Amino acid sequence: MAPILVAAAPIGLLWGTLAAGKGLSALEAWLMSVFVFAGASQFVAIDLWQTPVDVFVVALAVFIVNLRHILMAASLSRQVGAVKPALVPLMAYVLVDEAWALSERRALRQKFSLAYYLTCGFGMWITWTLSTALGAFLGKSFGDPAALGFDFAFSAMFMGIIAGFWKGPKTAAVLAAAGGVAALVKLTVPGAWYILAGGLAGVAMAASLHREGDA
Amino acid sequence: MRWPEPQVWAALIAAGLATYLVRLAGFYVLKGFAPRGRTKAALDALPPAVLMAVIAPTVLATGPAETGAALATAVAAALRLPMVVVILTGVASVVLLRMMLA
Repeated sequence: MAPILVAAAPIGLLWGTLAAGKGLSALEAWLMSVFVFAGASQFVAIDLWQTPVDVFVVALAVFIVNLRHILMAASLSRQVGAVKPALVPLMAYVLVDEAWALSERRALRQKFSLAYYLTCGFGMWITWTLSTALGAFLGKSFGDPAALGFDFAFSAMFMGIIAGFWKGPKTAAVLAAAGGVAALVKLTVPGAWYILAGGLAGVAMAASLHREGDA
Repeated sequence: MRWPEPQVWAALIAAGLATYLVRLAGFYVLKGFAPRGRTKAALDALPPAVLMAVIAPTVLATGPAETGAALATAVAAALRLPMVVVILTGVASVVLLRMMLA
């Protein structure tokens, strides 16, 4: 778990820097990390952030990027038969990719551990809320993030995450469909719809390439 | 420290609620849901497809420096280098290419 926390801290600092570049205070950056607590969607939210902010555009984009968590929660719900129902809302609050992945991997070998899951989740929570707020606090002294190429860091990070989902040539077709449609929609339709359109195109491609008997 | 504007509060709370309700729905609405076959293939594609859609405008439709840097980053990501190395590859190559192509 420690390597995950160490990896999250610089990404949190980076996000805070970008947030400060869009005019968010350290308090506002911290509040977003506490309320949303989902790194990828926070990068998208900051990318779309304007002053004054368009509430619908930001919330819709965050919703679309975080839709995958419904599948992670559904998968976790099969493990939590023994968990007190009152603790489920707490589990849902700290459901981040890293806590989910580590807990599911551990559950392949031994019984699901709520303590392990919550340690991962709140370890990430402390790391993420502190590093993002610190990044926003320091961010103003860095100046324009684009001058240092930091604006591209977010795209680079996503490419690293995408590589973790690679399953062969079909993944290439999914990414081509998603990327091609998203770029076209972004150029023609204002707002965050390109994320939904690209995501649906990728999902449609995966469904159409599926053959019965595939794993 | 300045207190957030009402509009900012609204955006932060709306984004937070959207995320939390999705996470709760997985536990309560889709409890025990285990997709198979074509449904599973389609749902498995959702995370990478959404992430790709998010970065596509930057990568494909900003300029040659960004597209070139994306190619270099894709190589680093395909080699499964550590995340920090992948990010540094992207940042360093975009700065270099912007200087060269400016």
